[in-house]
Amino acid sequence: MTQLALVIDLNTCVGCHACVTSCKQWNTSGSAGPLVDENPYDANPTGTFFNRVQTFEVGEYPNTQTVHFPKSCLHCEDPPCVPVCPTGASYKRESDGIVLVDHDKCIGCNYCAWACPYGVRELDEKRKVMTKCTLCVDRVHDEKLPESERKPACVLACPPGARLFGDVHDPDSEVSVAIRERGGYTLMPELGTMPANHYLPRRRTEIRTDPQQVVREENPLRVEGREPKVGKGAPLAADWEH
Amino acid sequence: MRPPLSMIAFTLLAGVAQGLLLCLVGWQMFAAPLMGELAAADAAAQQRWLLAGAAVVLALSGMGLVAATFHLGRPMRAWRAASQWRTSWLSREVIVLPAFMAVVAFWGWFTAQQAADAAISHQMRAVGSVAGFLALLLFLCTAMIYASVKAMRAWASPLTLVNFSLIGLASGTLLAAALAVVVGAGGVYGLVSGLAAHALVFVLAAAVTRGTTLWRNLNQPPKTTLQTAIGIRHPRIRQISQGAMGGSFNTREFFHGRGEAFTRGVRWAAALLGFVLPALVLGWANYTHSWTAGILVGAFLVQALGLLAERWSFFAEAEHTQNLYYQTVS
Repeated sequence: MTQLALVIDLNTCVGCHACVTSCKQWNTSGSAGPLVDENPYDANPTGTFFNRVQTFEVGEYPNTQTVHFPKSCLHCEDPPCVPVCPTGASYKRESDGIVLVDHDKCIGCNYCAWACPYGVRELDEKRKVMTKCTLCVDRVHDEKLPESERKPACVLACPPGARLFGDVHDPDSEVSVAIRERGGYTLMPELGTMPANHYLPRRRTEIRTDPQQVVREENPLRVEGREPKVGKGAPLAADWEH
Repeated sequence: MRPPLSMIAFTLLAGVAQGLLLCLVGWQMFAAPLMGELAAADAAAQQRWLLAGAAVVLALSGMGLVAATFHLGRPMRAWRAASQWRTSWLSREVIVLPAFMAVVAFWGWFTAQQAADAAISHQMRAVGSVAGFLALLLFLCTAMIYASVKAMRAWASPLTLVNFSLIGLASGTLLAAALAVVVGAGGVYGLVSGLAAHALVFVLAAAVTRGTTLWRNLNQPPKTTLQTAIGIRHPRIRQISQGAMGGSFNTREFFHGRGEAFTRGVRWAAALLGFVLPALVLGWANYTHSWTAGILVGAFLVQALGLLAERWSFFAEAEHTQNLYYQTVS
């Protein structure tokens, strides 16, 4: 069985919100109808988004790290939002594991949003139906697109390539290898939802400096004993080498 | 959670209706046969109480049904909600509530067909049992809608079912007693005194279980933390931005936006008006045998006000795990 999912590298994400805007652009233009924007140019703009980037500060000053955290539907393998739906509008596809909402059946009761522990479902205030990340289901299977573009809009937009997309049930897929080799993890594992989306943790980045680089023993430009003399009152020349 | 007015109204109205119905069929099936022969006037008054009770049950649950549709974004599609009864407690409730109302209507009609002083027939017993069973089933469905949401630990407990049932019984029984006096059935031997005594027991039991629930909700450490929510094992994590500055569905639906003083005030109002005051009044009335319409109707109205606060607090107490992601705007 296929389970399509995103793998998001928190070590690479720079928090630029390109995935947010590209997601909104693609999904507001699709057949499912526009995603509402209230007061877009006013004091308190709000609207429906399938994807949000949040920012957290980890640690205590001065030893802090800024972590940008993109959050969208995790397409859980055991999604709590699906069995609670009274109309069957919320469902998980057998063929590729994507969790979707049938907007023609949804009665807008919000119960699925209550059941989702991650808060990734948003009621569209205009259409009065529940909306959520579709993993760009209208892109990823579209054979009219070149194969390299059959990916969610957010994945294509990510400038540093922090978002990977693929089948997490295929052990040799790019995403499975990334999860396996780079310590991929899921969110709120204690709730038993088994999210399909994984996150790759921050890694320690160290800058190694050789002592030789500091002393420059092997610097061909270093010529011992022939430094320019500093005359009395003359400006200090050649402070490029001490 | 932001307490939705429609759900506060629905759960309270339906709860009172179910409690009242259980009193009606309970009296008709179990208590009345024990009380022996009634005088003609008392038998007629008892019949009047049963029929008025059925009408009130239908009116309250009908109002609850209407209130519930205000919770829907697309009420015209509400009929679809009956389809997923295999997995969804909400769907089961959508089926059981109209079934309950239909059986209560039939029960009322059937009761009206019986002679007021006749002994209860097997058919009457069967209809009453089905109505009572559906009332209990509806308590189960309504409570499980909330108790099955793992993301809200305040609700995910068997106490939710216990509280919904006991509070419904407490308010329903008090209403049954008040109604009996109002329709002039106060002279029926054991009716009002029995109902008032039961109401006192239910109020006290509900106070204990609801108080336990409140204590649990205020004191139990959370299982899900910001650490597991973003998967970073560090004791100090501070949110800098939540990705939107003008609010979102997540901030509107899952935060009630009231301060600590307000929520504490609501809790005190719920405790005093919903439980302590009705218990004192009922205890005093039971002690002095002064079951007048004014006392019982007044006690019911005070209790209703308190339960309104109780239900507001029920929603407000529920801290959704998604709130961990929405601690700071920017």
